[in-house]
Amino acid sequence: MQTLLFLILFPILVACLLLFVKRTTLRYAVVALSALVIGGASIYLLMRYAFEGAVYFTAPSEAASLAMVAIEMGLALFIVYMGAKFRNYLAIALAVVQAALVVYLETTFSGNLHAVNNLFIDQFSIIMALIIGLIGSLIAVYAVRYMETYHHHHPEVRDRQTMFFFVTFAFLAAMFGLVFSNNLMWVFFFWEVTTISSFLLIGYSETEEATKNAFRALVMNLLGGVAFVVALIFLASTEATSGGIDLARVLASGDAAVILVPAVLIGFAGITKAALMPFSSWLLGAMVAPTPVSALLHSSTMVKAGVYILVRFSPVFAGTFAGFSIGLVGAVTFVVASAIAISQSNAKLVLAYSTIANLGLIAACAGVGNYMLVWAAILLIVFHAVAKSLLFLGTGAIEHRLGSRDIEDMEGLIVRMPKMAVMMFIGIAGMFLAPFGMLISKWAAIEAFVQVPFGLVFIAILAYGSAVTVFFWAKWMGKLVAVTRQAERVEKGFFEEPWAPLYIITGLVIATVLLFPVISSTLIEPYVLAIYGVTALLAQANVAIMLLMMALLLILPISFLLFRRSAKHLPAYMGGRPATPDLHFAGSLGLTREAQTRNYYLTEYFGEAKLFLPGMVVCTILILASWVLAGVAL
Amino acid sequence: MNGIIGAVLFLILAPIVGGLIAGIDRKITARMQGRVGPPILQPFYDVGKLFEKENVVVTTAQNFYVLAYLVFIALSGALFFAGGDLLLIVFAFTLAHVFLVLGAYAVHSPYSHIGAERELIQLMAYEPMVILAAVGLYMVANSFYVADMVATTVPVILYLPGVFLGFVTILTIKLRKSPFDISTSHHAHQEIVKGITTEFSGSTLGQVEIAHWYENVFLLGFLYLFFAWNPVIGVIAVAITYLAEIFVDNVTARARWQAALKSGWLVAGVLGLVNLAILSYMMTGGV
Repeated sequence: MQTLLFLILFPILVACLLLFVKRTTLRYAVVALSALVIGGASIYLLMRYAFEGAVYFTAPSEAASLAMVAIEMGLALFIVYMGAKFRNYLAIALAVVQAALVVYLETTFSGNLHAVNNLFIDQFSIIMALIIGLIGSLIAVYAVRYMETYHHHHPEVRDRQTMFFFVTFAFLAAMFGLVFSNNLMWVFFFWEVTTISSFLLIGYSETEEATKNAFRALVMNLLGGVAFVVALIFLASTEATSGGIDLARVLASGDAAVILVPAVLIGFAGITKAALMPFSSWLLGAMVAPTPVSALLHSSTMVKAGVYILVRFSPVFAGTFAGFSIGLVGAVTFVVASAIAISQSNAKLVLAYSTIANLGLIAACAGVGNYMLVWAAILLIVFHAVAKSLLFLGTGAIEHRLGSRDIEDMEGLIVRMPKMAVMMFIGIAGMFLAPFGMLISKWAAIEAFVQVPFGLVFIAILAYGSAVTVFFWAKWMGKLVAVTRQAERVEKGFFEEPWAPLYIITGLVIATVLLFPVISSTLIEPYVLAIYGVTALLAQANVAIMLLMMALLLILPISFLLFRRSAKHLPAYMGGRPATPDLHFAGSLGLTREAQTRNYYLTEYFGEAKLFLPGMVVCTILILASWVLAGVAL
Repeated sequence: MNGIIGAVLFLILAPIVGGLIAGIDRKITARMQGRVGPPILQPFYDVGKLFEKENVVVTTAQNFYVLAYLVFIALSGALFFAGGDLLLIVFAFTLAHVFLVLGAYAVHSPYSHIGAERELIQLMAYEPMVILAAVGLYMVANSFYVADMVATTVPVILYLPGVFLGFVTILTIKLRKSPFDISTSHHAHQEIVKGITTEFSGSTLGQVEIAHWYENVFLLGFLYLFFAWNPVIGVIAVAITYLAEIFVDNVTARARWQAALKSGWLVAGVLGLVNLAILSYMMTGGV
């Protein structure tokens, strides 16, 4: 239990310490050291509890719960203050409603608000803790130098780095708290802290756009928060049958119909936090924040909290129409967001849409929720976290060096920033290619959906969605690997992000791909077995084939050496005109012209304007349907 | 053990069979057009000659990607004939094509760039139908393993007529035949600027050809799965289908990529999905 408490409390300590550190070098030392400690502690957690199944702890309750309520009220006041300052009355209204509901819950049902055990750890929590502890803290390390460069590039932005790093570490602490809490009141408390943290981080630059987008994120997440409290009230009032606010008891509750209503409400909170449609606009708006914030939100915190709660509750959803409806929200989000990603040339937006798509896929698995799908969902969470953090941090580094985050401007990155290009290549491969990560999960998901009633709907969506995914990733990869002649190398610069976090995360991507059978057998399969009594198993033959493919991919680059000695170089073909290697050709009238290549974006078919609204409408209807269906079951 | 024999046989025989099919294809095409046509062994002479050419490149990286394309096409075919997991094979197959596309991107040339984009659009057009075909075969054979699909005693085609027709439609894309030979075409008058393979020459182009032979044998094997309950009927059906593809190739003009994308998605949606929906309705007895 000490490790759990340490992981929750230590980041808060660091956060407070960082409030007083003003010099970058010193801050770097503090952040790097604490990252080492947090990462080490999460690995210790893995070694200590990986083989023990679920372990519960009676953590101190009274004082902690009281402090949490006090902080919640403080946060509500803060939202009211900020809302008044920026005239966002919707945020104020939601904060007030939520605070009132919390007070109502505390006063009316105070007798029912006790969990037998407040903290717990199981294999799923360990996985989440590793994602938060390793990737989250690496992003924090990266952020120190990044923010220095950021302020160098953006002199107009007020330097609030002490606040930035305070919030970052508080965020990590809240995430640890969220995944270790067995008391749903605690889960809710940490849930709200993540909402406020992302609000503060998104609004960092204090521009009008940033403030607007920060409030959008806040309002949408507060909506989820309100649903969460309503679920808590429902659980507390039906304590005898539902199990009250004790997560383990709720999930084990015999009265499936009673817990379905709160589960769907908490699922709704998960949908808002995981930025599924119709709430995906907050995650897209969050792109105004500095890149490490995006990396943090996308890979190790915020949206992962949303899918965490969905996957936690998926045994409740399994086999119900309400759960099916939630799964469909995810599936529709997956295909719509993937399609829109085709029409985007801004790298961060492509990454954002692909995150939304992947979260949709995870939600689709969690909503339908049979044992194989939960297995696939957890695997998706793992692969998405490592690959996406690499891609975001890489994009940030590229943007600082090239001055653009447009994919078209990344043409020939393999020549200009070879190391960075290779890392991006690995990250992108991790997102969509066999035998890399995401694909294994997609494959498992298809195999699982075949066996589910009405699973065909999901199969169809997956078939189209994954075809679309291939298109937008492959064309980005293509831009990266184009060998442009006479391009300047720009990998080095005066302000330089530390490459260490990037190297480590690249290593993590490769390690997860190579070790996924181990991850699956030591962490995911036992968890699924504990919940469902059966577990998904990867056929040994298929694992062998994937490792064979991986080996081939590692050996093939050696062939480069073979080609290097003999080949004769010619310029590209330009319709028979005399041409130079850097795409200039002799045009008519003795003029030299330049040929340019640009990717297709197919805006006419896949544009945001065309698909976003229908996606939102369909998903809204599905969410309402999930409520009605849960109510009917009651 | 059977699996390994199947894989080895495929790796050795597929280029020979594929080359012969290409030769017969050219002969029949010529006859349909009222020409005599080249000897059946002509594809082998052509590829042999390619390997004697000087090694000319725009960038050395292109050779790497093409080699990877060949290796992964051969691998996915070998896995198929070893009786492996069909979904995994489909994904390995996609990986192979992504390598070809990356090769075309790497040379940084206008023609091959357009070819690469079109190849990707084609990939996007046919992928849903391929996945649905795999799922349909699963629903009948109750297993994703090719070995089990071949061993089935059910006439799969009767359960999956729509899926079969949809698969045949996207096969036109895969065999690089009109009207969907958008990213590259094998007709002589268009070979000068050949889309995705514009900048590949000599042995590299030879590798692309060999990969295509492997690919065709694999695809015909996929087609055979629909008739696997009776080998004789199976072989005849595959031959007739291939003839029909040649015929379509000769009587249609090239479509635009929009048409290719729409047709690919439409056949998957209409023929594939409706077929599967009816099938699952029948199999589950009313759910």
